[in-house]
Amino acid sequence: MTAAAAGVDGAPTASAAESEFTPAPGAAPLPRMIAAQTAMETRTLLRNGEQLTVTMLIPLGLLAMFSLEPVVNLGGGSRVDFLAPGIIALAVMSTAFTSQAIATGFERRYGVLKRLGATPLSRAGLISAKTATVVIIELLQAAIITGVATGLGWRPHATALAFLTAPLLVLVGTAAFSGLALLMAGTLRAEATLALANLIYIVLLGLGGVVFPLTKFPAAARPFLTLLPTGALATGLRAVLANAAGIPVRDLVVLAVWAVVTIGLAARTFRWE
Amino acid sequence: MSLVKQYRHTVAVDGLTLTAARGEVTSLLGPNGAGKTTTIEICEGYRQADGGTVQVLGLDPARDARALRPRVGVMLQAGGVPPAVPAGEYLRLLSRFHAHPLDPTELLARVGLTAVARTPYKRLSGGQQQRLSLAAAVIGRPELVFLDEPTAGMDPQARHATWDLIREMRASGATIILTTHFMEEAERLSDQVAIIDHGQLVAAGTPAELCGGAGQLRFRAETGLDTDGLLSALPDGSLAKESPAGHYIIEVPDGISPQLLASVTAWCAEHGVLPTSLRIESRTLEDVFLELTGRELRP
Repeated sequence: MTAAAAGVDGAPTASAAESEFTPAPGAAPLPRMIAAQTAMETRTLLRNGEQLTVTMLIPLGLLAMFSLEPVVNLGGGSRVDFLAPGIIALAVMSTAFTSQAIATGFERRYGVLKRLGATPLSRAGLISAKTATVVIIELLQAAIITGVATGLGWRPHATALAFLTAPLLVLVGTAAFSGLALLMAGTLRAEATLALANLIYIVLLGLGGVVFPLTKFPAAARPFLTLLPTGALATGLRAVLANAAGIPVRDLVVLAVWAVVTIGLAARTFRWE
Repeated sequence: MSLVKQYRHTVAVDGLTLTAARGEVTSLLGPNGAGKTTTIEICEGYRQADGGTVQVLGLDPARDARALRPRVGVMLQAGGVPPAVPAGEYLRLLSRFHAHPLDPTELLARVGLTAVARTPYKRLSGGQQQRLSLAAAVIGRPELVFLDEPTAGMDPQARHATWDLIREMRASGATIILTTHFMEEAERLSDQVAIIDHGQLVAAGTPAELCGGAGQLRFRAETGLDTDGLLSALPDGSLAKESPAGHYIIEVPDGISPQLLASVTAWCAEHGVLPTSLRIESRTLEDVFLELTGRELRP
């Protein structure tokens, strides 16, 4: 039987008058859909004051404050040289995790994801657009943070390999944080996601080696802290940008494991409505 | 063979069988909780039926979602638009998802939202939000449109504009399936009406078929007339009732005839009663709806 819709197969009524509403269905090419969705999400994030506070103001504020004032004893060397890699790690976390978790949680709550599910944009297309949006915001953050840090006297101590390893760390870190964001946004209520995402942001900011060196923590705690995604990303970036290290294998592996586990769980548990 | 959707403790759709013809407007009517939205959302591919089969444009909405999405327009009962996104920007976005979309600027004007094109969705009035959702449902020039309570919260002007738009889409060859609580809306727009309750089909047909040809004679007079006495003056099988007080309704099996009208007025004259606001009309869809689904309030 036919439960609804669809008088079998015949062509539309012959008597139909031509008008702008004459059916002419069809999906746009996938790249055009992804580009449109990416542009919309990017504009929305850049217009949102709370999101900008988390992704731009807090990282830049911490960078300036801790570079100029000896709030924390960072040991020898230039303070900004120590801080800049940590601030980049914080920026990645703020965009890929905090901002994305909150935005996606509320999109689910407001039925935005449900409604998009009825458009020709596939779920894979939507996730591509969200990823592209995160990358665009991160590029903006990287440009601004690098500019401000350079103005504050940042001189990276890096080998040429850092041009490869630093973006690679950011990429794998972005995957790990995005997985964590979507895991929360796809299962928890929007308010719970909001509260938890902000809490985790602050905890990882404190424990992740962003502004407080991990050497300040008890020796017994340090191995665990570098297993946190923020700890691994900050440690890895600091190794390649401040200490001219080679390939930070351990940190890359830690981030990759986070990425695989969280994305795998998110894919299984994400509820679109 | 018929559609079933069960939630944990309740059966939302219980053996519903229903066909909507291509190129027509089909309305689903039913009290709150009757299963209208569940039925529509199964057709839209949002939910999977627990039993029965569904075909939309000859395809299975769950299995063939990718093929159906470009061809089907959807207006959800509420929300779906990001709150911070301006109305015009949202329509432009959706237009970019389709191969031959309507012009977003013209469509925005058509639904009367040009003045609020830059206003974020959350600051639109309820009726404006509904109009934006309606525009979003049709911008891709779909063959089939599902509209879940399209005119809820709209002022009369917007409601009439929406009816015009739906009529124009139908005239252009699109198929429309809508749910509504406004009987007048269903009566004016629909080729076919399906009344559902408790997840089952209660009645289906054209509005004229459902309302029947018999018709009613209504008049007002003093309260407490002897309706039994009046009935004895009318043909067998007639019905006379006072509802509410002072309002009288007479129904006869063969329809209201000139003779019947004469019998009623003669009886009134005999009893010194002056009937006022006397009129003959067919039953409205609302009469039929209340008769079939009862008057008690739904939870």
